Amino acid sequence: MGTETLKTNTGADIASHDSFFDQLRVAITGGTSGLGLALVREFSARGARVGFLARHAEAVAKVERENQNTHGIVADVANKDDIYPAALQIVGELGGLEILINNASDLGPVPLALLADTSCEDLEKAMTTNVLGPFRLTKALLGALSASAREGRAALVINISSDAAVTPYPKWGAYGASKAAFRHMTEIWNQELSVEGVRFVSFDPGDMDTPMHALAVPDADRTTLKTAEAAAHELITAIETTVTRPA
Amino acid sequence: MIAATAPVQRSPRTRVMVVDPSGQIRDLPRASLIDLLRPGDLVVANDAATIPASLSGVHVPSHRPIEVRLAGVSSFDPQNREFSAVVFGEGDFHTLTEDRPQPPSLAEGDQLQLGPLSAKILHLLDPPRLVLLEFDHSRDELWAGLAHHGRPIQYSHIQVPLALWDVWTPIAGPPLAFEPPSAGFALSWQLVTEMRVAGAKFRTITHAAGLSSTGDPELDKRLPFDEPYRVPQATADAVNLAKSCGRRIIAVGTTVVRALEHAAREGKIAAGENLATERIGVKTRLQVVDALLSGTHEPGSSHYELLRAFLTDAELQRLNTELNVREYRTHEFGDSVLVSRTLNKLAEDTTRWEIRELAQRNTFDLPAVRHNLRLP
Repeated sequence: MGTETLKTNTGADIASHDSFFDQLRVAITGGTSGLGLALVREFSARGARVGFLARHAEAVAKVERENQNTHGIVADVANKDDIYPAALQIVGELGGLEILINNASDLGPVPLALLADTSCEDLEKAMTTNVLGPFRLTKALLGALSASAREGRAALVINISSDAAVTPYPKWGAYGASKAAFRHMTEIWNQELSVEGVRFVSFDPGDMDTPMHALAVPDADRTTLKTAEAAAHELITAIETTVTRPA
Repeated sequence: MIAATAPVQRSPRTRVMVVDPSGQIRDLPRASLIDLLRPGDLVVANDAATIPASLSGVHVPSHRPIEVRLAGVSSFDPQNREFSAVVFGEGDFHTLTEDRPQPPSLAEGDQLQLGPLSAKILHLLDPPRLVLLEFDHSRDELWAGLAHHGRPIQYSHIQVPLALWDVWTPIAGPPLAFEPPSAGFALSWQLVTEMRVAGAKFRTITHAAGLSSTGDPELDKRLPFDEPYRVPQATADAVNLAKSCGRRIIAVGTTVVRALEHAAREGKIAAGENLATERIGVKTRLQVVDALLSGTHEPGSSHYELLRAFLTDAELQRLNTELNVREYRTHEFGDSVLVSRTLNKLAEDTTRWEIRELAQRNTFDLPAVRHNLRLP
């Protein structure tokens, strides 16, 4: 069984391919900060239509105001009852869907803690936000994605991963275990549904200068970290490469 | 038949009554559906997701409680804010629809407050219940309002409130249906995968399935109302190829029959969006669909009438008897039927040469068919 990963092409100029983005309808979770916000901004700037989810109404309204062709939806991916209403709004407002980016994440206990000191509730919360929530949202949006595939358009689910999904870093237990499960689930999704034209890929953006990283490593040297904008650019370039090559 | 009262889409105990083109009837587990498909078959389903179209609220002029059930739209225009709707008085799905109280006296221009949504009655389409209303919101506000305040339309045979995940089929995509295209509950991704492996094709249309009951017998006689649908190019191509090759086209749900037959012109269907205005029934000469996977339906309903395009009245009566004798479960979460258009039905409404073609396609014993139908 193979693992499909996104191949990045960081220096590529994709401005000339904006007609590609004009046809794209993209859903992004965690769209008001960090990588999610950078993705909303860049997809919007390139002409894609974007539905994004985040928990706080004020931040959602602000990002929606500042970015054209975006539809902000107040929802918490960790809340089961928010998932189908959010899916309804995404597909209702966009009319269909080509790309889903499951980006929202929960870090686990802050400050980071040994697994032995991690409460069951913190582990459960990380699992819910990082595995179960995106699983539910993907199921709810699979019909729209598969319709795109049947009609010859892109149908792609990007699940944001981390090196913590493959490397067992001490004190990253809740996050690492949940991201490992998420990465494995992504591969199984892809094994099962790529034949139907819906592809699933994991994308590890690397260490970014984001609010979540600041929570995890408060004393990090920020100058050594990648910007969220650079990671978003890499991901969007990789998406274009992935979508335009055969499954 | 008995009502299926639990919102379970795919129970392992679910059955399917199969009527083949010769009129023979078989009772099978629905899990064996895949065994009934042949290489080359084209299966077409409705991929509409269901809008939470039941909105409780207040008729502002009278301050009286109401339930509004959105019933239809005239097109898929993304800017559309106008809906036909059935208005009930106080109460909810726990009461039999036909026992629901009438709404307060409604007039054009009346405001309705439906949770966070407000709407105005534009026209009285069929007093006292059927109206055309317009929401006073942007589309984003409307979707948010429906998402947070709307409930799936449901009826009293299910006493627990339905959630959206109960009424979205596994392939539910664009939210354009007002009640679930429930024949699609029989689908699973496993079945879709197995179809491909078996050499059958799976395609979809999107059809805005409307209400199945209004509680008003006179209004119910007009069901289904006009319903917009969209046929993707890939589906039109697959249907036209299947027809040209004499392959079987199996519709998953009555809405698919309605859409495909409406889209048919001279043996071909066109891609695009249109408004299905015709009712399929005893006088319909099917041009596209060979077989229908559907729920079980009570005599008198529009869904039951649609089966008269596939079966003679005698065959339909026999099917109904079998469904009753074998205690099939009815309504949206019940058992299924897979009904082929029969040779007897064909004999009623088509030429002898078309009978010969169908017989050949289904590899029936042509001499026997000739003898039975007294063909030359």
